[in-house]
Amino acid sequence: MSATDKLPGTAEREQPGPIRHKGPGPAESGWVDPRRRGHGGRALALHRVTGLVIVVYLYLHLGVLSMLLIGSSAWGSFLSLVTAKSFLALEVVLIAAVLFHGLNGIRVALVGSGLAVSRERAMFWAGTAIGTAAVIFAALHILGAL
Amino acid sequence: MTTSVSTQQETRRFRVYRYKRGDGGERFDEFEVPVGPHTTVLDALRWIQRHRDPSLALRHSCLHASCGTCGVQVDGREALACVCAVRDQGAQITVEPLANLPVLTDLVVEMHGFFERFPHAHPIIRSSGAPADADDGEVHLEGTHEITLDVPSAVPLHHHPHHDRHRAAPPGADFVRLEDCIECGLCLSACPVAATSHDYVGPAALAAAERLLEEPRGVRREDVLAWASRPEAVWRCHVGFECTKACPADAIPAERIMALRRELMFGGPDDEESKR
Repeated sequence: MSATDKLPGTAEREQPGPIRHKGPGPAESGWVDPRRRGHGGRALALHRVTGLVIVVYLYLHLGVLSMLLIGSSAWGSFLSLVTAKSFLALEVVLIAAVLFHGLNGIRVALVGSGLAVSRERAMFWAGTAIGTAAVIFAALHILGAL
Repeated sequence: MTTSVSTQQETRRFRVYRYKRGDGGERFDEFEVPVGPHTTVLDALRWIQRHRDPSLALRHSCLHASCGTCGVQVDGREALACVCAVRDQGAQITVEPLANLPVLTDLVVEMHGFFERFPHAHPIIRSSGAPADADDGEVHLEGTHEITLDVPSAVPLHHHPHHDRHRAAPPGADFVRLEDCIECGLCLSACPVAATSHDYVGPAALAAAERLLEEPRGVRREDVLAWASRPEAVWRCHVGFECTKACPADAIPAERIMALRRELMFGGPDDEESKR
Protein backbone atom coordinates (compact mmCIF):
# COMPACT_ATOMS: atom_id res chain seq x y z
CA MET A 1 0.00 0.00 0.00
CA SER A 2 1.49 3.34 -1.01
CA ALA A 3 1.31 6.48 1.10
CA THR A 4 -1.52 7.79 -1.04
CA ASP A 5 -3.58 4.65 -0.40
CA LYS A 6 -3.77 5.22 3.34
CA LEU A 7 -7.16 5.46 4.95
CA PRO A 8 -8.57 8.97 5.48
CA GLY A 9 -7.35 10.47 8.72
CA THR A 10 -4.27 8.23 8.98
CA ALA A 11 -1.88 11.18 9.11
CA GLU A 12 -3.97 12.85 11.82
CA ARG A 13 -4.09 9.67 13.89
CA GLU A 14 -0.33 9.32 13.72
CA GLN A 15 0.10 12.69 15.40
CA PRO A 16 0.42 12.20 19.15
CA GLY A 17 -2.46 13.68 21.08
CA PRO A 18 -2.11 15.44 24.42
CA ILE A 19 -1.19 13.38 27.47
CA ARG A 20 -3.21 14.02 30.60
CA HIS A 21 -1.02 14.54 33.58
CA LYS A 22 -1.75 14.60 37.26
CA GLY A 23 -0.24 17.14 39.57
CA PRO A 24 -0.93 20.80 40.24
CA GLY A 25 1.33 22.25 37.58
CA PRO A 26 3.30 21.18 34.52
CA ALA A 27 3.82 17.56 33.55
CA GLU A 28 6.89 17.33 35.78
CA SER A 29 4.66 17.77 38.82
CA GLY A 30 2.69 14.63 37.98
CA TRP A 31 4.02 12.80 41.02
CA VAL A 32 2.43 15.38 43.33
CA ASP A 33 -1.23 14.55 42.91
CA PRO A 34 -3.28 15.82 45.82
CA ARG A 35 -6.46 14.21 44.56
CA ARG A 36 -7.55 10.94 46.14
CA ARG A 37 -4.14 9.36 46.44
CA GLY A 38 -3.52 6.40 48.69
CA HIS A 39 -1.09 6.32 51.58
CA GLY A 40 1.69 5.05 49.31
CA GLY A 41 1.34 7.86 46.79
CA ARG A 42 1.22 10.48 49.52
CA ALA A 43 4.22 8.91 51.23
CA LEU A 44 6.16 8.99 47.98
CA ALA A 45 5.37 12.67 47.40
CA LEU A 46 6.17 13.60 50.99
CA HIS A 47 9.37 11.56 50.83
CA ARG A 48 10.55 13.59 47.85
CA VAL A 49 9.54 16.91 49.42
CA THR A 50 11.26 16.11 52.72
CA GLY A 51 14.31 14.97 50.79
CA LEU A 52 14.47 18.36 49.12
CA VAL A 53 14.01 20.08 52.49
CA ILE A 54 16.92 18.11 53.94
CA VAL A 55 19.18 18.91 50.98
CA VAL A 56 18.34 22.62 51.19
CA TYR A 57 19.00 22.53 54.94
CA LEU A 58 22.37 20.87 54.36
CA TYR A 59 23.54 23.71 52.13
CA LEU A 60 22.09 26.32 54.48
CA HIS A 61 23.93 24.64 57.32
CA LEU A 62 27.21 24.73 55.42
CA GLY A 63 26.62 28.39 54.59
CA VAL A 64 25.91 29.21 58.21
CA LEU A 65 29.03 27.42 59.39
CA SER A 66 31.07 29.52 56.98
CA MET A 67 30.15 32.53 59.15
CA LEU A 68 32.72 31.22 61.61
CA LEU A 69 35.32 32.38 59.13
CA ILE A 70 34.11 35.95 59.58
CA GLY A 71 34.58 36.00 63.32
CA SER A 72 32.91 35.57 66.71
CA SER A 73 30.84 38.77 66.47
CA ALA A 74 29.06 37.55 63.33
CA TRP A 75 28.46 34.17 64.91
CA GLY A 76 27.12 35.70 68.13
CA SER A 77 24.59 37.90 66.37
CA PHE A 78 23.49 34.94 64.30
CA LEU A 79 22.97 32.84 67.41
CA SER A 80 20.66 35.45 68.90
CA LEU A 81 18.57 35.20 65.75
CA VAL A 82 18.32 31.42 65.58
CA THR A 83 17.45 31.00 69.27
CA ALA A 84 14.26 33.00 68.85
CA LYS A 85 11.05 30.97 69.32
CA SER A 86 9.94 31.53 65.73
CA PHE A 87 13.23 30.20 64.41
CA LEU A 88 13.16 27.24 66.76
CA ALA A 89 9.78 26.33 65.32
CA LEU A 90 11.58 25.78 62.02
CA GLU A 91 13.83 23.34 63.84
CA VAL A 92 10.74 21.32 64.69
CA VAL A 93 9.76 21.31 61.02
CA LEU A 94 13.25 20.10 60.14
CA ILE A 95 13.07 17.31 62.71
CA ALA A 96 9.68 16.27 61.34
CA ALA A 97 11.10 16.17 57.82
CA VAL A 98 14.12 14.13 58.89
CA LEU A 99 12.00 11.71 60.90
CA PHE A 100 9.50 11.16 58.11
CA HIS A 101 12.21 10.73 55.52
CA GLY A 102 14.15 8.31 57.68
CA LEU A 103 11.25 6.20 58.90
CA ASN A 104 9.61 6.05 55.49
CA GLY A 105 13.01 5.27 54.02
CA ILE A 106 13.22 2.18 56.22
CA ARG A 107 9.80 1.12 54.99
CA VAL A 108 10.73 1.73 51.35
CA ALA A 109 14.02 -0.13 51.75
CA LEU A 110 12.34 -3.16 53.29
CA VAL A 111 9.35 -3.28 50.96
CA GLY A 112 11.47 -2.38 47.95
CA SER A 113 13.66 -5.37 48.68
CA GLY A 114 10.64 -7.62 48.64
CA LEU A 115 10.59 -8.03 52.41
CA ALA A 116 7.46 -7.57 54.53
CA VAL A 117 5.54 -6.44 51.47
CA SER A 118 2.21 -7.47 52.94
CA ARG A 119 2.92 -5.29 55.98
CA GLU A 120 3.84 -2.13 54.11
CA ARG A 121 0.66 -0.30 55.13
CA ALA A 122 1.14 -1.25 58.77
CA MET A 123 4.75 -0.08 58.58
CA PHE A 124 3.64 3.23 57.13
CA TRP A 125 1.19 3.89 59.94
CA ALA A 126 3.60 2.60 62.59
CA GLY A 127 6.28 4.94 61.28
CA THR A 128 3.80 7.79 61.21
CA ALA A 129 2.80 7.13 64.82
CA ILE A 130 6.41 6.88 66.01
CA GLY A 131 7.42 9.97 64.07
CA THR A 132 4.47 12.01 65.33
CA ALA A 133 5.23 11.10 68.93
CA ALA A 134 8.89 11.98 68.45
CA VAL A 135 8.05 15.32 66.83
CA ILE A 136 5.69 16.23 69.68
CA PHE A 137 8.37 15.34 72.21
CA ALA A 138 10.98 17.33 70.30
CA ALA A 139 8.66 20.33 69.95
CA LEU A 140 7.92 20.40 73.66
CA HIS A 141 11.61 20.05 74.44
CA ILE A 142 12.88 22.63 71.96
CA LEU A 143 10.21 25.22 72.67
CA GLY A 144 10.84 24.96 76.39
CA ALA A 145 7.80 23.16 77.77
CA LEU A 146 9.90 20.24 79.02
CA MET B 1 -29.91 0.98 30.84
CA THR B 2 -29.96 4.53 29.54
CA THR B 3 -33.78 4.56 29.61
CA SER B 4 -33.82 3.71 33.28
CA VAL B 5 -31.37 6.53 33.94
CA SER B 6 -33.48 9.13 32.17
CA THR B 7 -36.58 8.37 34.25
CA GLN B 8 -34.87 9.43 37.48
CA GLN B 9 -35.28 12.89 38.97
CA GLU B 10 -32.00 13.35 40.82
CA THR B 11 -29.26 14.88 38.71
CA ARG B 12 -25.48 15.21 38.91
CA ARG B 13 -23.27 17.67 37.11
CA PHE B 14 -20.64 15.98 34.97
CA ARG B 15 -17.51 17.81 33.83
CA VAL B 16 -16.26 15.82 30.90
CA TYR B 17 -12.88 16.23 29.24
CA ARG B 18 -13.11 16.95 25.52
CA TYR B 19 -10.45 16.89 22.85
CA LYS B 20 -10.85 16.61 19.11
CA ARG B 21 -7.96 16.92 16.72
CA GLY B 22 -7.88 20.30 15.05
CA ASP B 23 -10.77 21.51 17.17
CA GLY B 24 -9.15 24.14 19.36
CA GLY B 25 -7.39 22.07 22.00
CA GLU B 26 -8.57 20.61 25.28
CA ARG B 27 -11.58 21.74 27.29
CA PHE B 28 -14.19 20.52 29.77
CA ASP B 29 -17.89 20.41 28.92
CA GLU B 30 -20.53 20.31 31.63
CA PHE B 31 -23.71 18.25 31.54
CA GLU B 32 -26.56 17.85 33.99
CA VAL B 33 -27.35 14.13 34.01
CA PRO B 34 -30.34 12.41 35.64
CA VAL B 35 -29.14 9.55 37.82
CA GLY B 36 -30.64 6.71 39.83
CA PRO B 37 -29.36 4.62 42.71
CA HIS B 38 -27.59 2.18 40.40
CA THR B 39 -26.34 4.57 37.72
CA THR B 40 -22.72 4.09 36.80
CA VAL B 41 -20.40 6.66 35.31
CA LEU B 42 -20.58 4.77 32.03
CA ASP B 43 -24.39 4.94 32.11
CA ALA B 44 -24.14 8.68 32.58
CA LEU B 45 -21.62 9.10 29.78
CA ARG B 46 -23.79 7.09 27.40
CA TRP B 47 -26.78 9.20 28.42
CA ILE B 48 -24.79 12.32 27.51
CA GLN B 49 -23.83 10.72 24.23
CA ARG B 50 -27.43 9.89 23.34
CA HIS B 51 -29.27 12.91 24.70
CA ARG B 52 -26.85 15.82 24.76
CA ASP B 53 -23.77 15.38 22.59
CA PRO B 54 -23.44 12.49 20.13
CA SER B 55 -19.89 13.53 19.37
CA LEU B 56 -18.69 12.48 22.83
CA ALA B 57 -16.26 9.61 22.24
CA LEU B 58 -15.76 6.88 24.80
CA ARG B 59 -14.59 3.29 24.68
CA HIS B 60 -16.44 0.43 26.34
CA SER B 61 -17.47 -3.12 25.68
CA CYS B 62 -18.49 -5.68 28.26
CA LEU B 63 -20.22 -3.47 30.88
CA HIS B 64 -19.08 -5.71 33.75
CA ALA B 65 -15.41 -4.90 34.47
CA SER B 66 -14.12 -7.76 32.40
CA CYS B 67 -12.79 -6.21 29.21
CA GLY B 68 -10.93 -3.28 30.77
CA THR B 69 -11.70 -0.86 27.94
CA CYS B 70 -13.67 1.82 29.79
CA GLY B 71 -10.91 3.01 32.10
CA VAL B 72 -11.11 6.73 32.93
CA GLN B 73 -10.23 9.09 35.74
CA VAL B 74 -13.21 9.97 37.90
CA ASP B 75 -12.39 12.98 40.06
CA GLY B 76 -8.71 12.17 39.62
CA ARG B 77 -9.00 8.53 40.62
CA GLU B 78 -8.69 5.73 38.10
CA ALA B 79 -11.81 3.62 37.63
CA LEU B 80 -13.62 1.42 35.19
CA ALA B 81 -16.58 3.59 34.27
CA CYS B 82 -18.88 0.57 33.93
CA VAL B 83 -18.64 -0.32 37.62
CA CYS B 84 -18.04 3.13 39.10
CA ALA B 85 -21.25 4.06 40.91
CA VAL B 86 -22.32 7.67 40.60
CA ARG B 87 -23.80 7.60 44.10
CA ASP B 88 -20.30 7.19 45.55
CA GLN B 89 -19.15 10.44 43.96
CA GLY B 90 -19.83 14.07 44.79
CA ALA B 91 -22.44 16.44 43.35
CA GLN B 92 -20.04 17.38 40.57
CA ILE B 93 -18.12 14.60 38.86
CA THR B 94 -15.10 15.24 36.68
CA VAL B 95 -14.35 12.57 34.10
CA GLU B 96 -11.01 12.58 32.28
CA PRO B 97 -9.15 10.07 30.13
CA LEU B 98 -6.41 7.97 31.70
CA ALA B 99 -3.19 9.82 32.45
CA ASN B 100 0.25 9.09 31.00
CA LEU B 101 -1.09 7.85 27.66
CA PRO B 102 -1.79 10.02 24.58
CA VAL B 103 -5.41 11.01 24.09
CA LEU B 104 -6.92 10.01 20.77
CA THR B 105 -10.19 11.82 21.29
CA ASP B 106 -12.25 12.83 24.32
CA LEU B 107 -12.07 9.95 26.81
CA VAL B 108 -10.27 7.54 24.49
CA VAL B 109 -6.53 7.05 24.90
CA GLU B 110 -4.06 5.36 22.59
CA MET B 111 -3.25 2.04 24.29
CA HIS B 112 -0.41 1.11 21.97
CA GLY B 113 2.15 2.62 24.33
CA PHE B 114 0.71 0.53 27.16
CA PHE B 115 0.94 -2.82 25.38
CA GLU B 116 4.32 -1.95 23.89
CA ARG B 117 5.78 -1.96 27.39
CA PHE B 118 5.10 -5.63 28.02
CA PRO B 119 8.01 -8.07 27.82
CA HIS B 120 8.46 -9.13 24.23
CA ALA B 121 8.80 -12.73 25.32
CA HIS B 122 5.33 -12.64 26.86
CA PRO B 123 3.55 -15.72 25.52
CA ILE B 124 0.37 -15.20 23.58
CA ILE B 125 -1.33 -18.26 25.01
CA ARG B 126 -3.78 -16.97 27.58
CA SER B 127 -5.34 -20.13 28.97
CA SER B 128 -4.27 -21.64 32.20
CA GLY B 129 -5.10 -24.78 34.10
CA ALA B 130 -3.86 -27.24 36.59
CA PRO B 131 -1.93 -29.98 34.84
CA ALA B 132 -3.67 -33.22 33.90
CA ASP B 133 -0.80 -34.99 35.54
CA ALA B 134 0.76 -32.56 37.96
CA ASP B 135 3.21 -35.08 39.29
CA ASP B 136 5.54 -34.80 36.32
CA GLY B 137 5.68 -31.02 36.67
CA GLU B 138 4.81 -30.44 33.04
CA VAL B 139 1.83 -28.95 31.29
CA HIS B 140 0.95 -29.59 27.67
CA LEU B 141 -1.17 -26.87 26.16
CA GLU B 142 -2.42 -26.76 22.64
CA GLY B 143 -3.03 -23.51 20.90
CA THR B 144 -1.48 -22.03 17.84
CA HIS B 145 1.59 -23.99 18.81
CA GLU B 146 1.99 -26.92 21.10
CA ILE B 147 4.38 -26.14 23.87
CA THR B 148 5.69 -28.28 26.67
CA LEU B 149 6.11 -26.20 29.74
CA ASP B 150 7.79 -26.72 33.04
CA VAL B 151 5.52 -25.65 35.86
CA PRO B 152 6.75 -25.77 39.44
CA SER B 153 4.45 -28.06 41.36
CA ALA B 154 4.26 -25.46 44.14
CA VAL B 155 2.51 -22.98 41.88
CA PRO B 156 -1.25 -23.43 42.13
CA LEU B 157 -3.10 -22.83 38.90
CA HIS B 158 -6.75 -22.04 38.53
CA HIS B 159 -8.93 -24.41 36.59
CA HIS B 160 -10.14 -23.36 33.17
CA PRO B 161 -13.47 -25.00 32.31
CA HIS B 162 -12.65 -25.16 28.60
CA HIS B 163 -9.64 -27.36 29.17
CA ASP B 164 -11.18 -30.68 30.06
CA ARG B 165 -7.88 -32.43 30.40
CA HIS B 166 -6.86 -30.05 33.16
CA ARG B 167 -8.01 -31.06 36.55
CA ALA B 168 -8.78 -28.72 39.41
CA ALA B 169 -6.10 -28.09 41.99
CA PRO B 170 -6.07 -30.45 44.96
CA PRO B 171 -8.56 -29.73 47.75
CA GLY B 172 -7.28 -27.07 50.11
CA ALA B 173 -4.80 -25.61 47.63
CA ASP B 174 -4.65 -21.85 47.54
CA PHE B 175 -5.74 -20.47 44.24
CA VAL B 176 -3.65 -17.64 42.91
CA ARG B 177 -5.38 -15.86 40.08
CA LEU B 178 -2.44 -15.49 37.75
CA GLU B 179 -4.53 -14.22 34.88
CA ASP B 180 -6.35 -11.44 36.68
CA CYS B 181 -4.83 -8.54 34.78
CA ILE B 182 -7.38 -7.21 32.31
CA GLU B 183 -4.83 -4.84 30.74
CA CYS B 184 -6.99 -1.79 31.33
CA GLY B 185 -4.09 0.62 31.88
CA LEU B 186 -5.42 2.01 35.17
CA CYS B 187 -2.19 1.13 36.97
CA LEU B 188 -0.08 3.04 34.48
CA SER B 189 -2.33 6.06 34.83
CA ALA B 190 -2.17 5.97 38.62
CA CYS B 191 1.60 5.39 38.81
CA PRO B 192 3.41 8.51 40.08
CA VAL B 193 6.65 7.32 38.50
CA ALA B 194 5.11 6.91 35.05
CA ALA B 195 3.89 10.50 35.40
CA THR B 196 7.42 11.82 35.03
CA SER B 197 9.30 8.96 33.38
CA HIS B 198 7.88 7.80 30.07
CA ASP B 199 10.64 5.20 29.75
CA TYR B 200 9.34 3.34 32.78
CA VAL B 201 7.73 0.10 31.62
CA GLY B 202 5.05 0.40 34.27
CA PRO B 203 3.26 -1.83 36.75
CA ALA B 204 1.24 -4.06 34.39
CA ALA B 205 4.25 -5.07 32.33
CA LEU B 206 6.33 -5.80 35.42
CA ALA B 207 3.49 -7.79 36.99
CA ALA B 208 3.28 -9.78 33.76
CA ALA B 209 7.00 -10.46 33.97
CA GLU B 210 6.67 -11.66 37.54
CA ARG B 211 3.81 -13.92 36.50
CA LEU B 212 6.13 -15.45 33.94
CA LEU B 213 8.44 -16.43 36.78
CA GLU B 214 5.57 -18.17 38.51
CA GLU B 215 4.30 -19.83 35.37
CA PRO B 216 7.09 -19.68 32.79
CA ARG B 217 5.26 -21.29 29.84
CA GLY B 218 8.49 -22.05 28.11
CA VAL B 219 10.03 -18.62 28.64
CA ARG B 220 13.52 -18.69 30.05
CA ARG B 221 13.64 -17.44 33.61
CA GLU B 222 16.93 -15.62 33.16
CA ASP B 223 15.51 -13.75 30.16
CA VAL B 224 12.63 -12.49 32.27
CA LEU B 225 14.96 -11.39 35.06
CA ALA B 226 17.32 -9.69 32.61
CA TRP B 227 14.38 -7.82 31.11
CA ALA B 228 13.10 -6.82 34.54
CA SER B 229 16.46 -5.64 35.83
CA ARG B 230 16.91 -2.99 33.15
CA PRO B 231 17.15 0.61 34.47
CA GLU B 232 13.71 1.54 33.16
CA ALA B 233 12.08 -1.53 34.67
CA VAL B 234 11.81 -2.88 38.18
CA TRP B 235 14.21 -0.49 39.91
CA ARG B 236 12.31 2.58 38.70
CA CYS B 237 9.37 1.76 40.96
CA HIS B 238 9.25 4.02 44.02
CA VAL B 239 6.97 1.83 46.12
CA GLY B 240 3.93 4.08 45.91
CA PHE B 241 1.47 1.15 45.70
CA GLU B 242 -0.90 3.33 43.68
CA CYS B 243 -1.06 0.63 41.00
CA THR B 244 -2.39 -1.95 43.41
CA LYS B 245 -4.87 0.58 44.77
CA ALA B 246 -6.07 1.41 41.25
CA CYS B 247 -6.20 -2.15 39.92
CA PRO B 248 -9.85 -3.20 39.42
CA ALA B 249 -8.94 -6.88 39.07
CA ASP B 250 -6.83 -7.44 42.21
CA ALA B 251 -3.81 -8.32 40.11
CA ILE B 252 -1.62 -6.76 42.87
CA PRO B 253 0.98 -5.28 40.50
CA ALA B 254 2.96 -3.54 43.25
CA GLU B 255 3.33 -6.74 45.22
CA ARG B 256 4.46 -8.52 42.07
CA ILE B 257 7.06 -5.82 41.39
CA MET B 258 8.41 -6.30 44.90
CA ALA B 259 8.48 -10.06 44.34
CA LEU B 260 10.54 -9.47 41.21
CA ARG B 261 12.96 -7.36 43.20
CA ARG B 262 13.23 -10.00 45.88
CA GLU B 263 13.94 -12.54 43.18
CA LEU B 264 16.64 -10.33 41.67
CA MET B 265 18.25 -9.58 45.02
CA PHE B 266 18.01 -12.84 46.91
CA GLY B 267 17.10 -15.62 44.53
CA GLY B 268 18.51 -15.67 41.04
CA PRO B 269 18.21 -18.53 38.62
CA ASP B 270 21.24 -20.27 40.08
CA ASP B 271 19.71 -20.32 43.53
CA GLU B 272 16.46 -21.60 42.13
CA GLU B 273 18.24 -24.36 40.31
CA SER B 274 20.02 -25.39 43.48
CA LYS B 275 16.66 -25.69 45.29
CA ARG B 276 15.41 -28.31 42.84
